[in-house]
Formats: sequence, structure tokens, C-alpha cells
Amino acid sequence: MSRRVPLEGSFAAAEAAKMADVDVVAAYPITPQTHIIERMAEMINNGELKAAFIPVESEHSAMSACWGASGAGARTFTATASQGFFLMHEVLYFVSGLRLPVVMAVSNRAVGLPANIWGDYSDAMSATYTGWLQVFAANNQEIFDFTLSAFRIAEDPRVLLPFMVHMDGFTLSHTVEAVILPDQKEVDAYLPPYKHPYVFDTDNPCCYGSVMSPSTYAEVKKAQDIGIRETLPVIKELWKDYGDRFGRYYSPIDSYKADGAKTLLLVVGGLSETAKIAVDKKRAEGESVGLLTLHLWRPFPFEDLYEAVAGAENLVVFDRAPTLGGPTGPVIGEVKAALFGVRKDLRIAGILGGYCGRTLEVAEFEEVIDRGNAICESGHQEMVETVGIRG
Amino acid sequence: MAKKQQVRPPALPTWQEAKFGNMLPFAGGAKDYKTGDWRTDKPVTDKAKCIKCAMCWLMCPDACVVQNDDGTFEANLYYCKGCGICAQVCPVDAITMVEEGA
Repeated sequence: MSRRVPLEGSFAAAEAAKMADVDVVAAYPITPQTHIIERMAEMINNGELKAAFIPVESEHSAMSACWGASGAGARTFTATASQGFFLMHEVLYFVSGLRLPVVMAVSNRAVGLPANIWGDYSDAMSATYTGWLQVFAANNQEIFDFTLSAFRIAEDPRVLLPFMVHMDGFTLSHTVEAVILPDQKEVDAYLPPYKHPYVFDTDNPCCYGSVMSPSTYAEVKKAQDIGIRETLPVIKELWKDYGDRFGRYYSPIDSYKADGAKTLLLVVGGLSETAKIAVDKKRAEGESVGLLTLHLWRPFPFEDLYEAVAGAENLVVFDRAPTLGGPTGPVIGEVKAALFGVRKDLRIAGILGGYCGRTLEVAEFEEVIDRGNAICESGHQEMVETVGIRG
Repeated sequence: MAKKQQVRPPALPTWQEAKFGNMLPFAGGAKDYKTGDWRTDKPVTDKAKCIKCAMCWLMCPDACVVQNDDGTFEANLYYCKGCGICAQVCPVDAITMVEEGA
């Protein structure tokens, strides 16, 4: 029997890892991720979960321990945020390079300086090119569902790649919402045991992560690039399977009131739920506007984006991290690059905001839609166009 | 776990053959890796001067110095990168670095 329970986002992630019956958790605490790890430690300590908890001395060690554990055939989970996320950065590439299906929850947080603890996507966006599958949750149910399905997808023999599940620091990680938890028996039937074709085995020694000269590195890198792209249909297939089993269906891009909309607002993560209410208000006022929530960040869902914007004239992209000298925002740049030459008639605007937990309310998303439309009509886009920032 | 038959991938795989390129399904691959072609200078030992002290064998960072049947030492040129440490540490100057192709 499934249960509907109140859970903060952190506990939703921990609950998913527990139900996935992870074997190893290696992590270092950092705000706002700490509750995930505290909960994992508690569950292991009180016998709810039979797993090894490796208390490491840094995030670099955390991801290194995950690398070893996953390579040895253990289902492995970790979590981090912000500065800790940066400390493990180089190891992220090793884990994806070895095609190890580690699952990591990230409580997204701004990056210093200025020193901070509150949420935005500056940490997540720095990992765009790490070769990890990446998904952004917009509420606590999605945190649970994306984390649980991440194990199934990451460990699929057609995928074998690590998976990051992003959640907004504090606004999701520390906020209690109702979350539907499936029956453990259904989860056990859903998730087969993890089996890697090249598991660490002293009877069958392999060579892991050897040095490659220019004569071989390029082929391996190309295989990795194409390999992560080829996971997209598998992710969609397995999310469909997840929906068939548990009743909640997910897609790389969710559309809300987008059919026939002249203007589409595209938002990543938790703020898309605030943007939804702004779209409702605009619709009530007779404006032709809809919302796209981008869930899957890697592999980037190009075809899904083309389909989602097919009928639109204006696309307004909201971004929660600066690129500091680049193209407005990371999502804006990616969306523009994806659509360049594909939809020559589609006008695209980009607006930044919500840094470091700065509150954005419904009225501000109405402003984003209005100003986005104005940018599209005029064709003039300031590179650093912001909402909710003084001055 | 049962021992599997070890299959070596092609030395220069195509990208299609490199899906698990970072996991080579065999051990000891470094044995085949010819680092000798990195070399510009090669060590040449004057066996008449060699006192068989094994300093070159001990100090070689590539562990490529081997002992001959007569007790003298020489670098295995398949692996020797030509760093010249053996020539530096030889107490009787029995080793000379000679430019390749000279």
C-alpha cells in the first residue's frame, strides 16, 4: 500500500535512497544538504536500512569513496551542495568516465563569494559538462520520484551513468509537503539488483582509468559524448515505466497551459510552481501564455524542446544563475543554442533572478512574462536582464 | 567469482569500440606500453667500467634497468624514457647518454 506522508525535500530524497536499498552512503555534511545525510545516517544507525555509511573528511573523499563503492558493485548514494559540490568537482568526471551509476542529491545553493547558504543554481550549472545525467525537481514528490527512478535509469545496462537529482536549497529541501511513498514490495519489483559489467573483481582484474594519449583519448571522449545522448530515449522509456507502476508520469519538459500559447515561459526547478500561478492569472486576464518546466538538463532534450515550442511566437526563459560574462544565463544560452536555426521565427528573451534564495513572488513572474514579451517584440535584449534586483 | 577469459580491445579502437574505454577488461596493460619512443637520449653502458653496484637499477624511476647474465646492468630500451638519472648516479661514469639517431 502506498502512503501519503508529510516530508521535507531532504527526507524525500533520503526516503527514496532507503527504499532503493542502497548499499553504501559516503557523504560530508553541508548546508542545505545536511538533513539528507543526517537522515541517511539515522536510518542506518537505527537499523531501518542495512548499508555502510562512510563518514569522510571532505566532499572530494565522499565522491572518491562513491567511485570505489560503485565500482565494487554497491548501490551508492551521496548528497552535497554549493562549495562541497565544487570540492568534489574533479571526481565527478572520473565517476562519469568510468560509467558508474552513483546517484547524488544536490540541494542547490548559491556559490561564494559573497558567502551564503541560500538557494540558486550556481552550483548545479557548474556541473553541466561533467557527463552526469541531471534532473531538476520542482516539488518534494518529484524529488522522491526522480531519486528513486534515478537508480533504475543509472543502473540500466543501456545507460550506466551517474545521476544528479537537483532540488532547490531550503525552499524544497527544508519545506514539508505531502509525498506519496510507494509500497516497498513494488519498489523491490521495480529495481533489479545493480550489476556492472566491469565490477572490481580480483579474480578478473581490469585496468580502470588508465592514462590515454592523443591517439586514444579522443575516441573515448566521443564515445562518452554520444553515449550520454543515447540515454535520452531510455530515460523517457523508464519514466514511462515508472508512471505505469506508480501513477506519476514525467517527461524531460513539462508543458502547462502551453497548447496554442503565443508566449511560453520556461523555468527550471521549484520556482516553476510560482510561475504556474502567474500563468494562471495571465490566462484569466485573457493573455495567451503557457509554461514549460525543464526537468532534464543532461542529456539536453533537444527534440522535446522543439516540440514544446512548436506553436509559440515568444519564448521567455527564466534563469537562476549568472554566467558572469557569458550569454545572460546558462539555461538561456543552452535554449538559444538549441533553437538557433531550428525556429528562425521564434523570438527568445532571457531574464535572470532568484539568486541566493531571493524571494520571487507571483507578481514578479507576471513581470517576467510582460518584460519578456516586450524584449521579444522590440528585439532588444540587455545581456544582464534581471527581475527582483534593486537598481 | 569465476575467472573470465580476458579479451584485449584493439590498440587503436574506433569510438564505437570505446564505450567502456576507461575500463580496459584486462590487467597489466602497461607492460605493452612502449614508453621508449618518448626518448631523445639513450643510456649506453660501458660494461668494462661497470662495477655491478646496482645504483642505476635502484634509482631508475621507470624500473626498466635489468641485470645481464654477467652481472652488469642495462636499460630495457622498450621502456626507457631517457631521463638520464642512471648516468647521473653511476659512481664510475660507466653510463653515457647518447642522442638517438646520432
